[in-house]
Amino acid sequence: MNIIVLVKSVPDPAAKVGVRDNKIVEDGLAWEANPYDENAVEEAIRLKEKYGGKVTLITLGPKRAEETLKKMLALGADEGILVSDPAFEGSDELATARILAAAIEKAGGYDVIWAGWTGVDWNQGIVAQAVAEYLGVPHVSFVTKFEVNGQTARCETEVEGGREIIEVDLPAVLTAMQTLNEVRYASLKNIMAVKRKTIPTWGAADLGINPAEVGKGAAHHHLMKLIPPPERAAGRVLKGAPEETVQELVRALREEVKVL
Amino acid sequence: MDFDLTDEQRLIRDTVREFAQNEVAPRAHEVDETGRFPEENFKTMAELGLMGLPYPEKYGGAGGDTVSYALAVEEISRACGSTGLTYAAHVSLGCAPFYLFGTEAQKQKYLTHLASGQGFGAFGLTEPQGGSDAGSTKTVAVKDGNEWVINGSKMWITSGAIADVIIATARTIVDGQDQGITCFIVEKGTPGFTPGKNEPKMGLKGSITSQLFFEDCRIPAENVLGEIGRGFRQMLIILDGGRISIGAMALGLGVAALEASLGYSQERHAFGRPIADYQAIQWKLADSAMLLDAARLLIYQAAWLKDQGQPFSKEAAIAKLFASEAAEKACFEAIQVYGGYGYSREYPVERYYRDNRLTEIGEGTSEIMRLVIARNILKESEGL
Ligand SMILES: Cc1cc2nc3c(=O)[nH]c(=O)nc-3n(C[C@H](O)[C@H](O)[C@H](O)COP(=O)(O)OP(=O)(O)OC[C@H]3O[C@@H](n4cnc5c(N)ncnc54)[C@H](O)[C@@H]3O)c2cc1C
Repeated sequence: MNIIVLVKSVPDPAAKVGVRDNKIVEDGLAWEANPYDENAVEEAIRLKEKYGGKVTLITLGPKRAEETLKKMLALGADEGILVSDPAFEGSDELATARILAAAIEKAGGYDVIWAGWTGVDWNQGIVAQAVAEYLGVPHVSFVTKFEVNGQTARCETEVEGGREIIEVDLPAVLTAMQTLNEVRYASLKNIMAVKRKTIPTWGAADLGINPAEVGKGAAHHHLMKLIPPPERAAGRVLKGAPEETVQELVRALREEVKVL
Repeated sequence: MDFDLTDEQRLIRDTVREFAQNEVAPRAHEVDETGRFPEENFKTMAELGLMGLPYPEKYGGAGGDTVSYALAVEEISRACGSTGLTYAAHVSLGCAPFYLFGTEAQKQKYLTHLASGQGFGAFGLTEPQGGSDAGSTKTVAVKDGNEWVINGSKMWITSGAIADVIIATARTIVDGQDQGITCFIVEKGTPGFTPGKNEPKMGLKGSITSQLFFEDCRIPAENVLGEIGRGFRQMLIILDGGRISIGAMALGLGVAALEASLGYSQERHAFGRPIADYQAIQWKLADSAMLLDAARLLIYQAAWLKDQGQPFSKEAAIAKLFASEAAEKACFEAIQVYGGYGYSREYPVERYYRDNRLTEIGEGTSEIMRLVIARNILKESEGL
């Protein structure tokens, strides 16, 4: 079974992100694999362990995304491909999906494609589905359980207040939830194996993509302004007897915060 | 000059950190309180391939370098000193003798078993009547036909009671002739070899420290590590490597203490302000950070020299001495920053302090480290 996993390098979710000139401040920011992509990689490795085959990771991003790729390779994936080209910078979600789909076609021979259900950076959650459209294969989102039965797969997915059981034809694109599995620690053996792998970089020319059709210039939506959330104001401690403080609390919630 | 870790070293550090913070740290308090040996930590560490980190894959190791190994010891000790010492002793004292001086057959048989984490190794050098003066070993091994007969005892041996195989130093007598000190390979369960009880200690309560008794303990002639009479030199070389890991262990404990102090001093208020606002507290934090940073660089330097195949004996002694004293200071000040809570066993900083105290004693006391450094620099300055 050949499995492709789409991996994105995102700022450390625990980091405090600053904003300057309508961009996030990247200095000193630690970059990590998108957490749900880790679940996707874990699931892919489990499938490989069960059915044999190969796990190929594809990431679209700048050169520094290679470190994230290496970290995910160390979980036990076989190959990593960095899709990177100055022409790709500023691509919107559709262009991103087009580029990734082209990279998947070039890697070829896939049975399953995994991705995280959303990226914790911009939280759009649409690239994987668009990739499926470009490839002309079905997709199932928010997968929490996955079983292969020959040419189809049985997926459990999370929906508001319940679950769905979906049977999907393979190949398909699937997006992973955190509850899909528990991500393993990289073993030293796999970490050491990463050094022996070469990570090719594929640009627009390698993928047969017209640079004019992707990147910032071709984007269908533009970020006009990036505004950081307001600093949280200091809390207020109500002092006094419980009868009075409760009354004051209710009044403040009604009249000041207006949540009641 | 390049101060960056390689991608691989960073990956190893991050992976060990994640494992240690998620799984080892939450158990550390209970391990300290009960004195229980945290076996489950080592099960996972074996699965991850940590137990033979710096040894070649063909002997069951992971093929990592000494810098990576130091990073691993630091991260594990930051989470739990007992686990850190047990780990460092296994890799640096249990496995290293076989890797450095074992015959190919000994490497296949013992190093592979230990480095793959199937069992613990231990190194018995110290004796009840003396550790610093290791040359005056009282344990004797007398050649009797095709066997060695060992008599004597060892003291304070980390994991000695649980190890599958122990390297023990003994004065060696062949045909009535004193042949100097030799390292002998003693397997667990050999008749005449009995470990004593687990010694009660000030800290590192989850690590097992025992006396070892040899009474007419007979081992086969081939259980000599390398050559007869080379034991003293071998031991010095093994300890040089081990000191890097004791330094790294101290660094881990010191970093844990500083991190705790940074957190607590910003939360704790006195006289209407967080105590971190007061310069007296800031200076403690700054001094600890400075000392630990310097310790880290010294440890990396010693590890790097070892990886380059260059002499590192003096640098390892400097790194161990400096790091253990830097951590002593960081742990001491952490207790001060915590005030009464620092003295309480409900908070972790007093544990860091107790655990770190050993790093100024084990694998050569601070006095012996100064002796080693002085000997080296005096020799270097000869003829100036
Ligand atoms: C928890 C723990 C784990 C240990 N694990 C091991 C192990 O796995 N294997 C092993 O072989 N040993 C182990 N040891 C023993 C340790 O290495 C020794 O305790 C240490 O080397 C000191 O030896 P000693 O205790 O006999 O003290 P001594 O050598 O008696 O020293 C007493 C004091 O005299 C000082 N001193 C001695 N000689 C000199 C000198 N020439 N100049 C100045 N000062 C001097 C020392 O620095 C010390 O302050 C362990 C010890 C502990 C506490």
